[in-house]
Amino acid sequence: MSKENEIYPKVYLYRRIVQAKLYIDINYEDNIELDNIAEEAYFSKFHFIRMFKKIYGKTPYQYLMHTRIEKAKQLLQKNTTVTNVCFSVGFESLSSFSGLFKRIVGISPSAYLLQHQRIKTRIREQPLNFIPGCFADKNTSVKKSNFEEAAE
Amino acid sequence: MISKLSHVSIYVLNQDSAYEFYINKLGFKVHTDAPMGEGMRWLTVTAPEQPDLEITLIPVKEGMMFTKETAESMRKLVEKGTFGFGVFECKDIYATYEEMKMKGVEFTKTPKKEFYGIEALFKDDSGNWFSLGQKDGVKS
Repeated sequence: MSKENEIYPKVYLYRRIVQAKLYIDINYEDNIELDNIAEEAYFSKFHFIRMFKKIYGKTPYQYLMHTRIEKAKQLLQKNTTVTNVCFSVGFESLSSFSGLFKRIVGISPSAYLLQHQRIKTRIREQPLNFIPGCFADKNTSVKKSNFEEAAE
Repeated sequence: MISKLSHVSIYVLNQDSAYEFYINKLGFKVHTDAPMGEGMRWLTVTAPEQPDLEITLIPVKEGMMFTKETAESMRKLVEKGTFGFGVFECKDIYATYEEMKMKGVEFTKTPKKEFYGIEALFKDDSGNWFSLGQKDGVKS
């Protein structure tokens, strides 16, 4: 009971941190000054970073970098070129983007792009390989007509 | 011997709207988005930290899974909020709850300390409900 009472009144603190996180989610491609976010959230920089890390497991800067890489993955999946992805998610140099991407994802952005181009081709050519047979078998007319049509 | 669960289905009223909800509001990732022809689409998403469990967003309409009659009955049941599909876990329920609320997710129970942890209940865009839990919320 005492713990519940202790946590709930602090919801206003959570709201400030969550708003800061959402600000990063929306403005990740901009040159975000973390000092400004801390000020907006009415925290000292140190307190802000400590609370942010406690909730999200990453400092605001680490979270920003991970968000940019996640957005980069999404753009690469949509067949955007590596150079365009790099600048549109907020990096200023290809080498720093590629280096961080490889460190987080495990492969280079160009390898990731190629990997997803291949997956898309396979989905287009053989959609049944990506769908459990039980769902396909549920409706044989779909299997015989639509799937073949989709594979054309 | 069964080793794991690879796919689980959630019945949704509209796949486009469900995509928006699960990707943009819950922060899930698209696993497979494959056209199946004639307005059919195989759409699976995964929770951020569980990439090997595909959540299939099955549209409740005549075709892949349902006859016309079954689809009509199912749509009514889904709309009424009949189905609770599972429990999602998070590391910090208060932050997760606040973020989802800011994104417009409807909660039917605000985070509350229970004997098994802290729990909230929310609905997806179709009316399906889920529990949101933080297991380690109650240690003492």
